[in-house]
Amino acid sequence: MEEHTNIIEVNGLVKTFDGITAVDDVSFDVGAGELFGFLGPNGAGKTTTINMLTGLARPDNGTIRIGGMDCSQKHRAAQHLIGVVPDESNLYPELTGFDNLCFCGALYGMAKQKRQNKAQELLKVFGLKEAADRKFGGYSKGMKRKLTIAAGIIHEPEILFLDEPTTGLDVASARQLRQLISDLHKNGTTIFLTTHYIEEAQRLCSRIAFIVSGRIVKIDTVENLLQPFQNRHVVQIACENIENNIQRKLSESFPDMKFIFYQQNVIRIEADKPILAGAVVRFLEEQGVEVSEARRIRPSLEDVFVEITGIEAVAMKQEKEKAGMGGKA
Amino acid sequence: MKAWIAFWNILVKDMRAYYLKPPNISWGLIFPLAWAGMFFIRSGAGLDSVSALLSGVIAVSVLFGTTSLLAVTVTFEKKNRSFERLLLAPISLELLMLAKTAGAILFGVANAFVPVIMAAFLMDLSAVNWSTLIPAVVLIAISSTFLGLFIAVSVKEVFEAQTFSNFFRFPMLFLCGLFFPIKQIPIWLRPLSYVLPLTYGADILHSSIHQAGKMPLLLNFGLLTVFCAGLFVVSMRNIRRKWII
Repeated sequence: MEEHTNIIEVNGLVKTFDGITAVDDVSFDVGAGELFGFLGPNGAGKTTTINMLTGLARPDNGTIRIGGMDCSQKHRAAQHLIGVVPDESNLYPELTGFDNLCFCGALYGMAKQKRQNKAQELLKVFGLKEAADRKFGGYSKGMKRKLTIAAGIIHEPEILFLDEPTTGLDVASARQLRQLISDLHKNGTTIFLTTHYIEEAQRLCSRIAFIVSGRIVKIDTVENLLQPFQNRHVVQIACENIENNIQRKLSESFPDMKFIFYQQNVIRIEADKPILAGAVVRFLEEQGVEVSEARRIRPSLEDVFVEITGIEAVAMKQEKEKAGMGGKA
Repeated sequence: MKAWIAFWNILVKDMRAYYLKPPNISWGLIFPLAWAGMFFIRSGAGLDSVSALLSGVIAVSVLFGTTSLLAVTVTFEKKNRSFERLLLAPISLELLMLAKTAGAILFGVANAFVPVIMAAFLMDLSAVNWSTLIPAVVLIAISSTFLGLFIAVSVKEVFEAQTFSNFFRFPMLFLCGLFFPIKQIPIWLRPLSYVLPLTYGADILHSSIHQAGKMPLLLNFGLLTVFCAGLFVVSMRNIRRKWII
């Protein structure tokens, strides 16, 4: 792994709201140029942590150092180093896309010509050139999200905080955005990404922290997180007409395997040695179950998350769906 | 220099997005006109009453123009979270809030001169002391805007901003000596008159327009300046306490 000097250092961060601890003794470092993922379900404390790091909230306890500056007391000390893309698109509805970007550049003291050139460039990169003179209020959700990201990077920040960047986007836009995030990272920008899309974190981030109920439960590189699962074998079977007692029958017939019924009409089989899927499928068919598909699954970060947090990934997915979010690629 | 680029652009953005919009311009014209007409008819003294009414109409135009617009625009931006963009900018909170209020102050000053221009057609303005009137208008605009800021920090919803603004404005209007002398106010209400910034602004306007001020000019200017500074300091403290939680 690349050696980084730490550009973000957080130690013992605590934040409570009306007696409820939203962030509880959170500590982590982010290296310069790193793409760091902050993964957890809704209400885990991701946005509160970002707000404290970016100076929008004051920690009750703990220290924050950004770019070597102590932001615990002077919480706005590092504003010039950071760019923020909030979880909601919050540009000015009455301004055009171009004017919004120029205004955001001006907030960071960019000279007129420089911010206009940069705004044009970003509109082109994000595929919004045609909509440059339209008011932000009339943009589609995907366009708003793209422009919000462009506004977060117009001043070329050293550190970019991305709070759920692909939330609410269609598959194509989400994929395009991930590519843009990846390109920014390659260009040397440190990225702090919060998401509850596990696949997104696995695809983009070099290191990930799992946060649940305000506490970091695990923090490591994606490779290290996946390591204990390398020898695990997983098969997923899609089927219909599943009887109530089929789980007991399967466990009795295949004692070396673990059967998880974690989605409707999907049986997940886990084992420490290769799974003979054919035998299980035949058994299911003998029990009157209609099997439509059986496929091997490579263990993913989702398995790591479920193992560590005890939260079923499907619960997070349901939260996303409830919130009307797309973007899963 | 960079901070001033931000300051200027916040001001220009607010002017374009809020203050120079046709509804606000028409509000700036119609409101003073309606007040002037109302008091003109009520006085029954014909054109002779214009001089006595002018100070009141100027103050009302500034007060209503600044407090409502600032309180509503800031609350609106807080509500749709675009205000977070400003809070993330690498400029001091004081400069940021001065930029945010500068548009309302300019709008208030411009509003004040609508009745002055109208009065120019109805009365002789040669006796007006402009060297005290103009600074008084600017200070009234600043204190009213900072009152709007104080209101904006105290509320969460746009409708609350409107309600809370009226809670301050209407009593102020009738207690500050603009339309009838403070001496005519019941004695138990008079102390309230002297804790209102508009009382001192109105007195300067009376002095400047028809030489009818009751208090020394220096005292009026001094107290109005203290009110401006006080409202700004209290608002900044509340912003730090309530908005950066």
